[in-house]
Amino acid sequence: MFENLGKRLEGVIRKIRGLGTINETNIREAVKDVRLALLEADVNFKVVKSFTQQVTERAVGQEVLRSITPGQQFIKIVFDELVKAMGGEAKPPEFDPNKINKVLLLGLQGSGKTTFAGKLARRMLKQGFKPMLVACDVHRAAAVHQLEVVGKQVGVPVFSIPGSTDARAIALRGLEEAERQAINLVIFDTAGRLHIDEVKMDELTAIKQAVQPSYCFLVADAMTGQDAVQSAARFHEAVGIDGVCLTKLDGDARGGAALSVSQVTGRPIVFVGVGEKADDLELFHPDRMAQRILGMGDVLTLVEKAQETFDAEQALEMQRKMRKATFTLGDFLNQLRQVKKMGSFADLLKYIPGLGSQIPAEAVDEKELAHIEAIICSMTPMEREMPQIMDASRKRRVAAGSGTTVADVNALIKQFEETKKMLKKFMGAGGFGGAARHPAMGHGMGHGSGKRKKKKRR
Amino acid sequence: MSEPNNQSPPEKRGFFARLKEKLSRTKESIVGRIKKIIRLTGKVDDALLEQIEEILLQGDVGVETTTKIIEQLRQREDARKAENADQVTAVLKDILRSIVEHDERQLKLGDARPYVILVVGVNGTGKTTTIAKLARRFRDQGLTTLLVAGDTFRAAAIEQLEIWAKRTGSDFISQGMGSDAGSVCYDALQAARARKIDVVLIDTAGRLHTKVNLMEELKKVVRVIRKVIPEAPHETLLVLDATTGQNAISQTKIFSEAVPVSGIVMTKLDGTAKGGILIAIRDLFDIPVVMIGVGESQEDLRDFDPAEFVDALFEE
Ligand SMILES: Nc1nc2c(ncn2[C@@H]2O[C@H](COP(=O)(O)OP(=O)(O)OP(=O)(O)O)[C@@H](O)[C@H]2O)c(=O)[nH]1
Ligand SMILES: Nc1nc2c(ncn2[C@@H]2O[C@H](COP(=O)(O)OP(=O)(O)O)[C@@H](O)[C@H]2O)c(=O)[nH]1
Ligand SMILES: [Mg+2]
Ligand SMILES: [Mg+2]
Repeated sequence: MFENLGKRLEGVIRKIRGLGTINETNIREAVKDVRLALLEADVNFKVVKSFTQQVTERAVGQEVLRSITPGQQFIKIVFDELVKAMGGEAKPPEFDPNKINKVLLLGLQGSGKTTFAGKLARRMLKQGFKPMLVACDVHRAAAVHQLEVVGKQVGVPVFSIPGSTDARAIALRGLEEAERQAINLVIFDTAGRLHIDEVKMDELTAIKQAVQPSYCFLVADAMTGQDAVQSAARFHEAVGIDGVCLTKLDGDARGGAALSVSQVTGRPIVFVGVGEKADDLELFHPDRMAQRILGMGDVLTLVEKAQETFDAEQALEMQRKMRKATFTLGDFLNQLRQVKKMGSFADLLKYIPGLGSQIPAEAVDEKELAHIEAIICSMTPMEREMPQIMDASRKRRVAAGSGTTVADVNALIKQFEETKKMLKKFMGAGGFGGAARHPAMGHGMGHGSGKRKKKKRR
Repeated sequence: MSEPNNQSPPEKRGFFARLKEKLSRTKESIVGRIKKIIRLTGKVDDALLEQIEEILLQGDVGVETTTKIIEQLRQREDARKAENADQVTAVLKDILRSIVEHDERQLKLGDARPYVILVVGVNGTGKTTTIAKLARRFRDQGLTTLLVAGDTFRAAAIEQLEIWAKRTGSDFISQGMGSDAGSVCYDALQAARARKIDVVLIDTAGRLHTKVNLMEELKKVVRVIRKVIPEAPHETLLVLDATTGQNAISQTKIFSEAVPVSGIVMTKLDGTAKGGILIAIRDLFDIPVVMIGVGESQEDLRDFDPAEFVDALFEE
């Protein structure tokens, strides 16, 4: 059933693309599939509901409707929203080497707190910090011993009080010991507990109040199901957390809990555990997580392709006009402006099948292009459509307006007509072959460039 | 919802703002909510089915099994004719029970001595604690038990099991950390024979089912066990955590392909997770659920009772 997820999303793309027109119903169909994918990834049901609502609003609004490759554009919206919902960029905690940084770890039983304590200590040790582990798990059999072994493995001291069952007292004494040893990072490992266990939740609150941690991290298992929201919300409500560490991501869990937990707490996911060893720690990357949740390793490639295709579609539209010889100076101006946004003219030529390879990049003088733009800008729409009406007085006006000479204007018009003729001949010989049969034709270029600007703003 | 201690209000007040409040209020059971909905609408229609579907999904039952349940509910004559909440609940309960009840079986020791029980599962699900609980149970029945420290990887896993051996009055066999798990089992089974032990409980390191080398290691443990006692392990128990979502399906599939899993133990049912994934697992596999864990101490182990499990879902 896991293999089907990627296919499901591919199906979404095909569904939207296959239909000539995109309407609200199509999108709602696709949203249903996205909903299923998220549910199978263990994203909490209510989170899925709000999320898909948001995506639907954005998609139906306009972007997909106007996009040239709506299916891919739609997936991109889903992907972007997912990344946004998980907090954007990875934010590592900031520790000040000149003071005692305190990290309190908490979470359900078996989530990976003790292991994470070792991983964080190792990471910070490498960055020049002097970490210490404090064994506040007084419940689980051999928990203190486990932390001692972990401490030895990574080479940091471990503080414990043998026989003590007072976790708060251990935490406080550990802090004193840290000051004595000039430690600048103290990591408190606590016992796993159920969020509904009032007594144990009180123990956590007491520890937190006593040591005043700089960071309180919830350590959660990536395989957690729908209940992730209940426990995370309760831990946050009762103790208050600053971030989440998601463990066991080295398995095949889709990890939908990541979305659930970050949404319900409003706190970022900071680290992910990717193995049982002390080095198996990584910063959280929302984009990778989004890919994982969607069950598609190649969402990013897909999205990139969507953008490429988009540009190519515009080029194709220009071709169509050229072929029909309806290509005007106005189109040429639009094209020039498009080129400016995209980089170089040579880049644009690459998108024209059968032509790009025939015109060497050096043949394009960008300064000359600026002149050309100025000239066309000074022409009226009518003149751009029919340059043959350009008489001497019109040419003088245009030359003055564009800061060029009448000779420049003449040269442009002559060149343009020649190019048009040449292109016509070229295409008659089948130069643009199959491209002209592309189904996505019929979208205006101005429209397209507006779309592109919108994308850049995001 | 009150503000968390020492925290400024969450800065992220996006489209999920209301969600948090909603969630904190949902403490009812799956079916309790269904009942409420039926009471509100009064009859079984598509809207109601959709809401039941939502509630099942929210209980980790999973898309596939939920769809199946809804389809059955749609088809059933008695559901269509139902006129009140109790009637629909009864039909739904019936369907759920039929899924969970097939091939049911409880953990009963056979005649073989030593009776060898191997405990497997992913990291942190409660394998070691379940062994302690089982040992307690067998000791109470007057049987002798031997706990085998087959987790030679995790820090202090050996010491953890040793503490449980002492607490339950069990024999205990281990080698050092990092030693070969197969070799520990080999020695232990020889010793169990010599000491005329009734039940041998073998702990193993938690491992993600996707780690091929670790699964190979587990297969090897089984091969070594069979070298000493060809019919063993007499039981291979897969320990699943009730808070786990759909991944439990993948765990069950791959573990049962690697070793002869004869029963499932679901732990941590004392939390708020209702273990709805268990319905999916019973739907998709023929492996019975034999025990459930309901706490951290030796006594917190129960036989799995399908009817009781389904009834618990219906409790408000
Ligand atoms: N609330 C609750 N906690 C449990 C239950 N079973 C086990 N635990 C706790 O879960 C944590 C992990 O249990 P272990 O028995 O060490 O799990 P394990 O599968 O042996 O873990 P690894 O060997 O590290 O893979 C411990 O803190 C246990 O006390 C249960 O039924 N309910
Ligand atoms: N595969 C994997 N196992 C992990 C990871 N983090 C912790 N574990 C394992 O999960 C189990 C429970 O971890 P532990 O740190 O004892 O959890 P605690 O009870 O929360 O302190 C142990 O077997 C760890 O080795 C991880 O990122 N990946
Ligand atoms: Mg621990
Ligand atoms: Mg264990």
